[in-house]
Amino acid sequence: MELQHTNFKHLQAAHCENGVTTALLRHYGITKITEPLAFGMGSGLFYIQLPFMKVNGGPAISFRTMPGLIFKRTCTALGVPVTRKKFRSHEKAMQELDERILAGKPTACQVGVFYLTYFPKEYRFHFNAHNLIVVDKKGDDYYISDPIMEGLVTMNSYELERVRFAKGAFAPRGQMYYPGDQLQEPTDEQMKQGIIKGIKRNCRDMLHIPGSFGGVSGIAYTGRQIKKWKTKLGDEKARSYLAQLVRMQEEIGTGGGGFRFIYGAFLQQAHPYLKADELFDLSKQFTATGDKWRDAAIQASGIYKGRLNTQADYDNMGDRLIEISALEKQAFQQLKALIGKVK
Amino acid sequence: MKKEEIPQDNGALGKIAKEVTYVVDENGNYSTAQSSGWDVKTEALNVAWHDVEAKIEAAKQKVLNNEASPILYFMEKKIMDLNILASYTGYWKWSIKKHLKPSGFQKLSDNKFKKYAALFEISVEELKDPFNGGSK
Repeated sequence: MELQHTNFKHLQAAHCENGVTTALLRHYGITKITEPLAFGMGSGLFYIQLPFMKVNGGPAISFRTMPGLIFKRTCTALGVPVTRKKFRSHEKAMQELDERILAGKPTACQVGVFYLTYFPKEYRFHFNAHNLIVVDKKGDDYYISDPIMEGLVTMNSYELERVRFAKGAFAPRGQMYYPGDQLQEPTDEQMKQGIIKGIKRNCRDMLHIPGSFGGVSGIAYTGRQIKKWKTKLGDEKARSYLAQLVRMQEEIGTGGGGFRFIYGAFLQQAHPYLKADELFDLSKQFTATGDKWRDAAIQASGIYKGRLNTQADYDNMGDRLIEISALEKQAFQQLKALIGKVK
Repeated sequence: MKKEEIPQDNGALGKIAKEVTYVVDENGNYSTAQSSGWDVKTEALNVAWHDVEAKIEAAKQKVLNNEASPILYFMEKKIMDLNILASYTGYWKWSIKKHLKPSGFQKLSDNKFKKYAALFEISVEELKDPFNGGSK
């Protein structure tokens, strides 16, 4: 695809908001940023099971921070001005986007995936916190850089307007956002301070969030719940619940098991700025918990495929999460102690 | 996850794009690689779609038994719920609840039929008579 108004370089990423943040900042002049650094500075790692809420009739579990925060926090850390706009009027939303695109300024949008034409049907639920970058326009076609895709894709104006104004939870309301133009490359000291702040905030979110269903204690909370699912919900519903847990953990754009690996990569990439060798050991600890999340998903799949069906299988599944909770607690405590010493 | 452990199963997404994953080498050093999909994940997605289809089928039976209006059936088909339906149509949830009953459905104005039909991407005839191809 030949771009007319910009020299934007598409970037494929493991998670959409990281990808959008990284690609936009790079385009506007910050070459030091990478997906793991954006994720770490934005304190993206999280866990919460909302006890009184249901999503698609299953448990409401999230492995991520609130949509929008990774971009906002990373930009704040790097001293980058951020503009975020929501619209009432569809026309105005499209017109303002057009003005930026035709001026050669790639711009991010929050969209719903249900009507996202280039997504496979299997992935199209009413999930409204997906992120992409509109990079260019030719005729009625918009060139889209979606971090999930390997290359650029297109949507016409009707299709783009539709996903920008998707309805339901987290309705994007035409939302578009972008950093300032011609950004100054951050100093190493700025990078360092951003990393430290991101780590501290992430330690706080995972270790000290009040209540028992968020952060590392939330993982154990879900583990204890799972042990009750078979008797409380019956086989079929318990299977659906476990499948939902795995979907939240693994689904692209929303998923979180892989977040442990991104965090492990972040700690390694933080080393040149913080110069603390303990980061490598901590990186290995996060890799280990990521692997345990994946093993737990395999156990869950044994249950929802119907191969495993006894209470002992559910107990095993619950115990895995309780173990992960303890391991992540330990890793975050060590990280917190380390970051307190870094000057 | 080690690079050689990356699952390369056939996922729905794998047909159009491989996914980026972060992986380690034998020394624990990170880099990225691509995965075409993972059966564990695909299967979880299948369970979700199976649930959706079960709900559609249940709604169809309710409509055939005259316990619910066709709106319920098409709502389930579009994986919507009351909240989503309310925000797309602009109607209150309590009025949609009335439209979901056969008696309330009968009393809908032509404009409301059109609005629902447009949202469900079907004709008004199909909305009124969903299982006979709108031929009545």
